[in-house]
Amino acid sequence: MSGATPKIRLRGLRKAFGAKQVLDGVDLDVPSGTSMVVIGGSGSGKSVLIKCILGLIEPDEGTIEIDGRDVMRLPRTERTALRAEIGMLFQNGALFDSLPVWENVAFGLMARRNVARGAARTHAEGVLAQVGLAASVGGLWPAELSGGMQKRVGLARAIAAQPAILFFDEPTTGLDPIMGAVIDGLIVDCVKRLGSTAVAITHDMASARRIGDAAAMLHGGRIVWSGPAARLMDSGNPLVDQFTHGRREGPIQMALRG
Amino acid sequence: MNALLDGLAALGRGAFAACRFAGALTLFALAGVSHLLRPPFHLRAFLRAFVEFAYFSLPVVALTAVFTGMVLALQSSTGLSRFSAESAMPNLVVLSITRELGPVLAGLMVAGRVGAAMAAEIGTMRVTDQIDALTTLSTNPMKYLVAPRLLAGLLALPLLVLVADILGVLGGFIIATVSLGFNRAIYLENTFNYMTTQDVVSGLTKAAVFGFVIALLGCYHGYRSRGGAQGVGAATTSAVVGASILILAFDYVLTELFFAR
Ligand SMILES: Nc1ncnc2c1ncn2[C@@H]1O[C@H](COP(=O)(O)OP(=O)(O)O)[C@@H](O)[C@H]1O
Ligand SMILES: [Mg+2]
Repeated sequence: MSGATPKIRLRGLRKAFGAKQVLDGVDLDVPSGTSMVVIGGSGSGKSVLIKCILGLIEPDEGTIEIDGRDVMRLPRTERTALRAEIGMLFQNGALFDSLPVWENVAFGLMARRNVARGAARTHAEGVLAQVGLAASVGGLWPAELSGGMQKRVGLARAIAAQPAILFFDEPTTGLDPIMGAVIDGLIVDCVKRLGSTAVAITHDMASARRIGDAAAMLHGGRIVWSGPAARLMDSGNPLVDQFTHGRREGPIQMALRG
Repeated sequence: MNALLDGLAALGRGAFAACRFAGALTLFALAGVSHLLRPPFHLRAFLRAFVEFAYFSLPVVALTAVFTGMVLALQSSTGLSRFSAESAMPNLVVLSITRELGPVLAGLMVAGRVGAAMAAEIGTMRVTDQIDALTTLSTNPMKYLVAPRLLAGLLALPLLVLVADILGVLGGFIIATVSLGFNRAIYLENTFNYMTTQDVVSGLTKAAVFGFVIALLGCYHGYRSRGGAQGVGAATTSAVVGASILILAFDYVLTELFFAR
């Protein structure tokens, strides 16, 4: 396992917004076929990290390799082709509210291939079924859906093109615990079915243990711990321990004061 | 001395900011236009933007034009009667409307309606990550969001102004014949005898430029908005104010180009 090229390899990733150093040398390997959860406090730069890997934010320094290829050095056409291999579930869904649900789900398909709208809708309804939504939902508008349904539609849109890599940004935030468990279940099912490599961001510990094989903690702009997701609750790392157990006292608070 | 230097420094900063804005806006416009020339083309997005721009602005533009024509007839009749030149009134109305008031007033009204809506829609898409989502779905947001709107603005405003020209003249005609006692046939004859193609074409050219400017400012400020609902609100305001000022500035420049020789 150790010799294989990781699906995603980050080295020395740095990104600052103005004077604020959000990422300060992130090193991370995500082996192929692994579901990695990244935990970390609000505002610790988890979303920025994912957006860097997606190419939505240009990092100041560092390398991002996917399948061993340096993404930022790739020519534009190959970068675009690589994008088609990545699905993303955004933190707040980011559904296109000017398009009906089915067009949201089929959007990537219609953008990449010249698919007739009828066929695209049929395909979208098939994907909606995979996330437990009836075909009739396809005709609704995003604003007509509950939060849980919006997450499902966002998930459907992310998996529609059967991507090799999936990103989930706080998939259960804002949902009740039961709906959160349902969405986690769907995520695990989808990732298994597609055989994808997944990176999920969360600060919901129950969710982290349900989704993840491996886990890493982002703090102070760096990965301060990584290991099996099963070890999250007894990692032996004081930063992780404080975070996963939700303690008020500990090194993280001291870091905030300092 | 210090106050003078401070003043100069502020002036310099202002000029610098203005240049930077003009540069960024120009680059944005070029990027948008370049996507109009390269496939794939988003026909549906264009049609939606066009209908939003043209069809839904019709009532506002039509009302503005009719009332402007009516007021123009009233004002010019009282003014011209001092020189016993009432017969010049039809000509004055049609020239003012086609050359100047049609495009400018329609442009300003549409800037308030469509420019604001574009900035709000694209701004909301920005702050809710929908623009990032487009990118992850293999769609260039400049091509999908901006280019179709620029083209819609370029084509839709001339159409609207054509309608405004007709309705503006009609407004003048109604006031002249109903309350000022003009003969209908003579009024119409005077209107069309003195109107040249250049009057109408210059007005429609202005309209095309104004339409492009409205869409450009709406897209630009929306695209660059930051920071939630407040950021979107600020983008909307900037889009309307910026487009209005640019419309008036371009109106002057284009009038120079067309009529001053
Ligand atoms: N586009 C941006 N411009 C400026 N600051 C940003 C931008 N995106 C994120 N930030 C800042 O980076 C920090 C990390 O944000 P984020 O990655 O969204 O946190 P989280 O870990 O909660 O997902 C925040 O302080 C945020 O203000
Ligand atoms: Mg986040």
